[in-house]
Amino acid sequence: MSNSQTKRHGDVQKERSMALQKELVGGHFDALGRAKEEGRKVVYTFVPGNLTELMRSFDLLPVLPEINALQSGMRKLSAGYISEAEKHGHSEDVCTYVKCDIGMLKKGNIGPTGKPIPAPDLLLLSYTGCFTFMKWFELLKQEYEGCPVAMLHVPYQADGQVHSHYRDYIVEQLRSEVIPKLEQVSGQAYDEDKLRSNLTLSAQAEDDLVWVLESAKNVPSPIDAYFGGVYYIGPIFGAFRGTQEGVDYYRTLRSEIEERLANKQGPITPDGELDEERYRLVIEGPPNWTSFREFWKMFYEEGAVVVASSYTKVGGLYDRGFRHDATRPLETLADYCLGCYTNLSLPARVDLLEDYVRDYSADGFMINSVKSCNSFSAGQLLMLRQLEERTGVPGGFIESDLVDPRYFSAANIKNRIESYLQMLEQKRGAAA
Amino acid sequence: MTPDLAQLVERVTHLYEDLHFQSVHDWKSEEPGRHAIGYMPIYVPRELVHAAGMLPVGILGGGDRLEIIRGDAYFQSYICHIPRSTIELALTQRLEALDGMLFPSICDVIRNLSGMWQMLFPERYVRYIDLPQNFDPAVGGTFWRQELDTLREDLGRIGGREIADLELRQSVVKYNENRRVLRQLYEARSERPWFFPTSEVYLVLRAGTVLPVEEHTKIVRRYLELAPLQDDRRDQDMSRVVLVGMFCEQPPLGLLITLERAGCWIVDDDLLLGLRWMSGDIPEDGDPLQNLAIAYLEQSAQTASVYQPEGRRGAWLVDSVQRNVAEGVIFCAPSFCDPALLEQPMLVAALEREGIPHTQFKYSENTGQFAVIREQAGTFSDSIRLWSEA
Ligand code: SF4
Ligand code: SF4
Repeated sequence: MSNSQTKRHGDVQKERSMALQKELVGGHFDALGRAKEEGRKVVYTFVPGNLTELMRSFDLLPVLPEINALQSGMRKLSAGYISEAEKHGHSEDVCTYVKCDIGMLKKGNIGPTGKPIPAPDLLLLSYTGCFTFMKWFELLKQEYEGCPVAMLHVPYQADGQVHSHYRDYIVEQLRSEVIPKLEQVSGQAYDEDKLRSNLTLSAQAEDDLVWVLESAKNVPSPIDAYFGGVYYIGPIFGAFRGTQEGVDYYRTLRSEIEERLANKQGPITPDGELDEERYRLVIEGPPNWTSFREFWKMFYEEGAVVVASSYTKVGGLYDRGFRHDATRPLETLADYCLGCYTNLSLPARVDLLEDYVRDYSADGFMINSVKSCNSFSAGQLLMLRQLEERTGVPGGFIESDLVDPRYFSAANIKNRIESYLQMLEQKRGAAA
Repeated sequence: MTPDLAQLVERVTHLYEDLHFQSVHDWKSEEPGRHAIGYMPIYVPRELVHAAGMLPVGILGGGDRLEIIRGDAYFQSYICHIPRSTIELALTQRLEALDGMLFPSICDVIRNLSGMWQMLFPERYVRYIDLPQNFDPAVGGTFWRQELDTLREDLGRIGGREIADLELRQSVVKYNENRRVLRQLYEARSERPWFFPTSEVYLVLRAGTVLPVEEHTKIVRRYLELAPLQDDRRDQDMSRVVLVGMFCEQPPLGLLITLERAGCWIVDDDLLLGLRWMSGDIPEDGDPLQNLAIAYLEQSAQTASVYQPEGRRGAWLVDSVQRNVAEGVIFCAPSFCDPALLEQPMLVAALEREGIPHTQFKYSENTGQFAVIREQAGTFSDSIRLWSEA
C-alpha cells in the first residue's frame, strides 16, 4: 500500500534550525579537536543524568560517547568498530554502543566528523537508568590509565517516587565526589553563581523544547516527534544545555514550528514535507541508527507520523513539568537525574505511554525493541500488553538494534510496519 | 558414598529439584502467621528478613527442570533465561509460598523484572533493593541505611510486629555463623577438592537458599565432617581452576558435572555468591542496622555489579587464583548476561597481565548439551596441566 505522502519543496527542505544545529555540533567537535593544544580539559559522560551545566561552569568540554556511537552508526562506521571490539574479546551479546565506542578508540578515536576526539581528563560516570554505563566507563578506565572517574550513583525510581533521601544522596555525591574532581581537573573552584546562570539558560531552552514536542498534539502534527525529535533533542541532550547557543537554537526551532503550525504544514522528512498525516503513532524505544533514513521512510511513506516518543525523554522528562531550577542548583541536578526516562519504573513508563496515546490522540503505538539495551527492552512485551489493555489500541512490536547493522532486517521490519498500519486502517474502517 | 552422606546429598538434591518450594510451605505451616520472602541474586540483607521471623527464599530461575510455556512470551530472544523461568514459576503458581519479593540492583533485567512483578502481581509485596555504589559511609552508607530502614519497616508491617534491635543482632550472629562454615567449606574444597566435588558442594550451598539459616549451617557442618570420610574419593591428576560468571543465572547441574569429568577441580567460584557475600563477620553488637549498612560498604564481595572506585577490576580474581593455587580460570557466563560479559574483558586483561591461562564459554540455565563444553574444558584442563608441569 506504499504511496508517497511527501511533497518536495525544491530541494530537501533545510530549515534555519538545522543549519544552526550543524554549526553547533561542528563547532563542538572542532573545539574538542583543539582542546589539547588549547589546554582545555575534557570530560566524558552519559546523556541520561548528564551534568552539563555543572561541567560548563568549570569551563570543561563534554564528550558523550553515546552520541559518538549513534553518529558512527548513522555514518555507517559502526559495523567496523563493533567488529574491532569483538576482536578484542568483547562479547557479541552486549550493548553495541559500548563496542562501537571501544572499537572507535582502538582505531584511533577519530570522531564521527573525522576529527580526533581527545582522551578524557575525567570520566564522569553518571550512573542513571542503565547498568551498562558503569561497565562502559570501567572499560574506558582501563584504556585511559590514570584518568580519574567520578561516580554518581542515581537511585532508581522503583516505586515511581522520588524519595527525599534519594535527592540527598545525589547532592552529597555531587559535593563529596563530583565537584571536587571537577575542581581538580579544571583547576577552578566551584562557582555556584555560574552554575545558577547556566541553569537559568537550561530552563529557557527546556520551555521551548517542550513547546515544540507538544506541538504534535495538533492535528496534523507539524513535527515528527521521534525521527524528527531525535534532531530536536540533540543540542539539549548533548553538550548545549545551559548555554546561550542552546537557548538560541530552541528559540529558532520553536519559531519555525510555530510557522509550520500556522500554515498547517506537516513534518519535514528527508524527502520533503509530509502532506497527509494518515496515522498518528506513539513509539517506545530508541531508533535504529545504521538505517535511520530507511527506517524513517518506512513510516512517512505510509503517512505515519510519530506524535510522541519515550526515546526523546532519555535525557530528561521536561514535558512532565521538570525544569532546571537555578534557585536550588544541586537539588535540581539531582531531580533531573532521577527523572530521566530510563530511570523510571516499568509501571511509570506504561503510565507515561498511556498518557501519550491519549493526549496526542494517537491511532496506535509501536515498540522498537533494540537488542543492545536491557534497560529499555527487558519488560517491553509486558508493556505492550498493558498498553493494549489500558488504551484499547493495538500495539506493534519490531526488533532491531542501535548501531549493529546485523540486527536491522529491513524487509522484515517494513513488513511488520505495513501490516500494523493496515490493521489500524481496517480498525478505522470497521469503526466508521 | 557412606549412607549418611548419601542421605544428606539426597536431601539437598531433593530441595534443589523441588520447583514447588514444598519445604517453604512446610516451614510456613509449622506455625501460623509465618511469612516467606523471595529474593533474586545476588545479595539482599537476609538478616533483616530473618529478624522479622520470616524465611528468606532464593529464587534462582527454573534451571533445566522447568518447561517454559508462558515465560517466553514476556522476553525477547536476546534476553537471558532466568527472568523467563522466574516469571514461569510465578505464573504457574509455584511461588505461592512467598509473601513478597526482593529484586536487588544487579542489572537492568532484574531491575525491570521488579516492575513487571508490580504489574503482574499488584497484590504482592515487591521491593527493589538499590544497593549503594558509593562506599563512603557518610554518603553511600547514609543512603543504604535509609533503604534498610524502609525494608525493616516494610517487613515489620507484613509480619505484624516491629523488628527489634535484639532480634536483628541475633540474626546477624546466625548469618555470621553460616558464612563462617561456608568459608570453611570453600577452604576445605580448595585444599582437597577430591573430597568436595563442586557438583555436590553446589547442592549443599543451594539448600541455603530455601532452608532456615540455622538448619543450613548444621547441614554444611555435617557435610564438612562426612565428605572427607569417603574412601572412594581420591586425589587425581586434574587441573585446578577458578570458575567465574555464574553469580546470577544458575548453571545446570550437568554443566558442573561436565567440568569435573573434563578434568577440572573447581577450587573457587562465584556460585551463589550472595550466601557468602561478606568477607568477614558483621559486628554483633552495637547498632545492628548500621552494622549491616557498613558491612556492605566494607566487606562486600567483588563482582561485576559492584563498582570499584579504585578501578582495580580483576584483582580479586588474580588473588583467588594465587590463594587457591589454581592453574587457570574458566569464564562461564550466561548468554546475554550484561554484568558477566561486560566484566569479562577486564578480568581477562587482569589475568593476562599475570600470565594466568583462561578459557571461556556461555551457557543458559536450560542448556542440555555439554559435549562442546566438555571438549573445550578437557582441552583447557590438559593444556594447563602440561603448562604447570613444564
Ligand atoms: S544499554 Fe541501553 S541505555 Fe545503556 S548504554 Fe546501551 S543503549 Fe544506552
Ligand atoms: S543472568 Fe545476568 S543479565 Fe540475566 S538477570 Fe542475571 S545478572 Fe542480569
